[in-house]
Amino acid sequence: MIDSTYILLIPLLPFLSFLLIGLLGRTYFPKQCSIIGTLSLFASFVISLVVAYQYFFQIGQVNGIYQKITAFKMVWLQFSPNISIDMGILLDPISVMMLLVVTFISFMIHVYSMGYMHGDPRISVFYSFLSLFTFSMLGLVISTNIFQIYIFWELVGISSFLLIGYYYEKPSAVAASKKAFIVTRFADLGFLVGILILSFQSETLDFQTLIERLTTDTEYLNSATTASFFGFSALTWGLTLVFAGGAGKSAMLPFHIWLPDAMEGPTPVSALIHAATMVVAGVYLVARLFPVFSISAPEALNIVAYVGAFSSLFAAIIACTQTDIKRVLAYSTMSQIGFMMFALGVSGYGGEEGLGYTASMFHLFTHAMFKALLFLCAGAVIHYVHSNEMNDMGGLRKLMPVTHITFLIACLAITGIPPFSGFFSKEEILLAAYHSNKLIFAMGILTAALTAFYMFRLYFTIFWSKPFKSHQAETAHHGEAPGTMLLPLIILAFFAAITGLIRFGKYVSSDGAALISELHVDFSIAPVLIALLGIGIAYYLYKKENDTPQKLATGLSGFYKAAYGKFYIDELYLFITKGIVFNLVGRPIAWFDKNIVDGGINLSASTVGYISETIKKFQSGKVQDYAIYFFAATIGFVLLFIYLWS
Amino acid sequence: MTNLSILILIPLLTALAVLMGRNAIQIRFVALIGSVIQLLAGIALLFSYLAERAAGNTAQMLFEYRCSWYSALNIEYYVGVDGISIAMILLTAVVVVAGILISWNMQTLNKEFFFLIVLLSLGAYGFFISLDLFTLFFFLELAVIPKYLLIGIWGSGNKEYSAMKLALMLMGGSALVLVGILATYFNTNIGNGVHTFDLIKISQISIPVQTQMYIFPLLFVGFGVFTALFPFHTWAPDGHSSAPTAASMFLAGISMKLGGYGCLRVATYLMPEAAHQYSWVIVLLATAAIIYGAFATLMQKDLKYMNAYSSVSHCGFVLLGIGMLTKTAIIGAVIQMVSHGLMTALFFGSIGMLYERTHTRQVAQLGGLLKTLPFLSTVFIIAGLCSLGLPGFSGFVAEMTVFMGAWQRPELFNRIATILACASIVVTAVYILRAAGKSVMGPIANEQFKNVTDARWTEKLASILLIVAILSIGFAPFWIIDLIDVDTQLIMENIGRGLSSN
Repeated sequence: MIDSTYILLIPLLPFLSFLLIGLLGRTYFPKQCSIIGTLSLFASFVISLVVAYQYFFQIGQVNGIYQKITAFKMVWLQFSPNISIDMGILLDPISVMMLLVVTFISFMIHVYSMGYMHGDPRISVFYSFLSLFTFSMLGLVISTNIFQIYIFWELVGISSFLLIGYYYEKPSAVAASKKAFIVTRFADLGFLVGILILSFQSETLDFQTLIERLTTDTEYLNSATTASFFGFSALTWGLTLVFAGGAGKSAMLPFHIWLPDAMEGPTPVSALIHAATMVVAGVYLVARLFPVFSISAPEALNIVAYVGAFSSLFAAIIACTQTDIKRVLAYSTMSQIGFMMFALGVSGYGGEEGLGYTASMFHLFTHAMFKALLFLCAGAVIHYVHSNEMNDMGGLRKLMPVTHITFLIACLAITGIPPFSGFFSKEEILLAAYHSNKLIFAMGILTAALTAFYMFRLYFTIFWSKPFKSHQAETAHHGEAPGTMLLPLIILAFFAAITGLIRFGKYVSSDGAALISELHVDFSIAPVLIALLGIGIAYYLYKKENDTPQKLATGLSGFYKAAYGKFYIDELYLFITKGIVFNLVGRPIAWFDKNIVDGGINLSASTVGYISETIKKFQSGKVQDYAIYFFAATIGFVLLFIYLWS
Repeated sequence: MTNLSILILIPLLTALAVLMGRNAIQIRFVALIGSVIQLLAGIALLFSYLAERAAGNTAQMLFEYRCSWYSALNIEYYVGVDGISIAMILLTAVVVVAGILISWNMQTLNKEFFFLIVLLSLGAYGFFISLDLFTLFFFLELAVIPKYLLIGIWGSGNKEYSAMKLALMLMGGSALVLVGILATYFNTNIGNGVHTFDLIKISQISIPVQTQMYIFPLLFVGFGVFTALFPFHTWAPDGHSSAPTAASMFLAGISMKLGGYGCLRVATYLMPEAAHQYSWVIVLLATAAIIYGAFATLMQKDLKYMNAYSSVSHCGFVLLGIGMLTKTAIIGAVIQMVSHGLMTALFFGSIGMLYERTHTRQVAQLGGLLKTLPFLSTVFIIAGLCSLGLPGFSGFVAEMTVFMGAWQRPELFNRIATILACASIVVTAVYILRAAGKSVMGPIANEQFKNVTDARWTEKLASILLIVAILSIGFAPFWIIDLIDVDTQLIMENIGRGLSSN
């Protein structure tokens, strides 16, 4: 066994850089903050590579099965003798993969931001938040304990809040950051109650023990699966609630409304948090608890599948109508995460059955590359055009050749055109769905077609279509972004192109044993053709500026408007919060407190006051009055005694 | 052997020294030095306590000292501490130092102000170390009167009304406590018709359940008024918002904890059977306070009212933890007392500091302060994040411990109460982020905000002190668990007696 405490450095380096930059950076070395942050991330990335190499090729496998290794663990908060929150590092195929993804993408974003955020006076704040986020995300993926994951879950939530609200003087950014935090917090309520249920049923918070007890130990299983509440077992409730938390972070229906608004943050942030890493935390959470879902609570897994599939289709439809390029990408992210979710949902546990699990993780991996790339390209475009609106763009392919090519590669990857990475992962997902649930498969295919359409709609509108008309004539010449921004684009494009060739199933599978999945050529023809069809339509409609899209939108006006208005889910939420929570709960409570509770207290005080005022009058100081009271009282008592005696 | 009386002696001497101070500077420094010495004494006490426990001392109370005060009624000056009281003493010491630092630029009647502040802390220290019910009551009263003066003289807004309301309601609470204590006293025949106020002795006597059933509500509600038990919480919003900054910090940070501590140490500990019988009532009222307080906070427009109502909600967690009567929940309640004390002191402190500069506490009139007051606004945001229970801050540790402890009670009623309590953290996030989003973020609302200066050194020091204390619990909760675990176990043995006899 190799001494593995050095793994602690992976999350700790970003944390130290957060402290250093956050506390001292602004005052003492504002210029060097970006360098410090980037270097610490580079070091984390290198260590992650070492860890990945050691895990996958040296120590991870025992008898051909990848083990779960607890590399480090300390008790953080002891609740009762057998329940405690531990802080630790769990190494297994998915956590090691996530370490690589998070440190790699985060490193790329750090480099890119040096160019993108250049000249921003608060760059030290930006880099400290970025480091804080990376620390939290790394803490999340290596969690050994379900409460540890919840802790870092909240921390990534707050980092996301801080970064979305980075331009805090813009009211829209502030509103978006609040919305993101509150919506996910609401979903996290489910997560928390889910944790409480699971911890009560399994008498532990530790992932490995919990999974073991809730999949194999009949004593725990019996009580967890029989106790029934509204027709579902306690375990199903617990897992569904935990999934609700995951759905919140991963912007699944009905908690997706925060993600498009989150695009108010700086674009590198959108690429890192709202495309590649944090938003897949929900998928990761389900994957982490996958054995329990799959073996002991298939109903809960079904919910995961349907929520994923519906969200995927729903988001793809909306993406076709949006005109803000970051919002298109945001909906596309939601749609792709839906793919990952339903892939988990249709998967079984172990062997060939577990293809969906592998495919989901594979897609998570490839998606991180090409979606981060898409956002960074979008950032470069926005940086140049100074607008997020598609209609302000067009004909940029000559002005920004590198961005153009890398964006094209990313589009091909997300669309699933061989041999780019998205093809391999998406085929596996569709194949897994095909074998287990035809309805979900059909939704997946439809979504894939829509994906091809809206991605190439984006591509053609930005880079082809009408020629670019700049507001300032001279900017039209120096089109391409600085080197610090281009380098990450090129590197990510390279990986977006080739990572599909990794034999992913060999390393990541539901039960740890290698899953050798051959490429099913006959199966993959149909999805590729459908994707090409989507591209073809986009080509026809958007290659050259014309009025067909406009006509089409008018033709489908009702549906188009609904999709453009994001199916009015935001309005529904607004009605619930403003109309019900504020006006029907908050206001009456405040009124009740002021008038009834406090009024009661005041009433009792004024009653006492009134009584004493009344009694006070007897103490008038006049002898005559006292004499009258005296005689009246004497006569009264005499009468009373006579009455009592008789 | 540590002498606990020093904890009363230091504030007493400080108070006298303050009275002899010649000018404002002298007075402030005397008060500050005295409170810092007290803080150091508290820390020293913490370490000697840990050393004693490590050496295997399993006595319930350490460093005991007793001498007769009024022997005819068997009233004693009897002091001793366990981990829970040490946690409270440390909390008090930190808040006092921070409060004095924040009041550094007090304009009027310096001498009287700092004298009252120190006197207030004297009452709190005495309360936390007393083991004789009568002495405990004495110190409780000592901590009420200065509040009336602090609000009435240095307060703002409708201060006479608020001061009177607060004093009367707290006096009403202590009247109930007094009756409860006397009733307890006359039910403790320890031979030859002699009665006792000795808390430890009483805990070993089993008072008949029927008697407990009427004493317990007196004590619990009486102390509950101090900790803003629903529906006796209305002194809090008015009192807090009229009080000067330091007084709000004390009021919410320390004074509300006197109640929580009393509910645990006196009511629940001495009347375990009744506590079990009334458990559902406590849970009901606590849950009501949590949810009701949170929604009431949502509708507040004044930052101080907002924090006052949120204190009602947060103190509900203390009562919920006590009412659930499981060890984990009670540990959670104790941590929540410490955590809420620090956090709310920080929150009131930052609101006061912002108010001093902007002259308004109305959320609608504030905006964009992060630009011109980066330090103070950051403090405000940190206090808010702690309040909404973000991991890394103390509030998270406390709330999660209460939830975990509460979930150990499998009855459906308690489950629903716990879920409702959990739901309050969403509402908390809403009101905190709304307030923060409007007041410190966003565009600058008023041109005058551009001409303000950021925190002075004393204010920075106070804020940092409180933040460090909050983070020390939030990052490393194990030390506070170590501090209170053994003693909660001892308390649980008594409370468990109530369970077994049911």
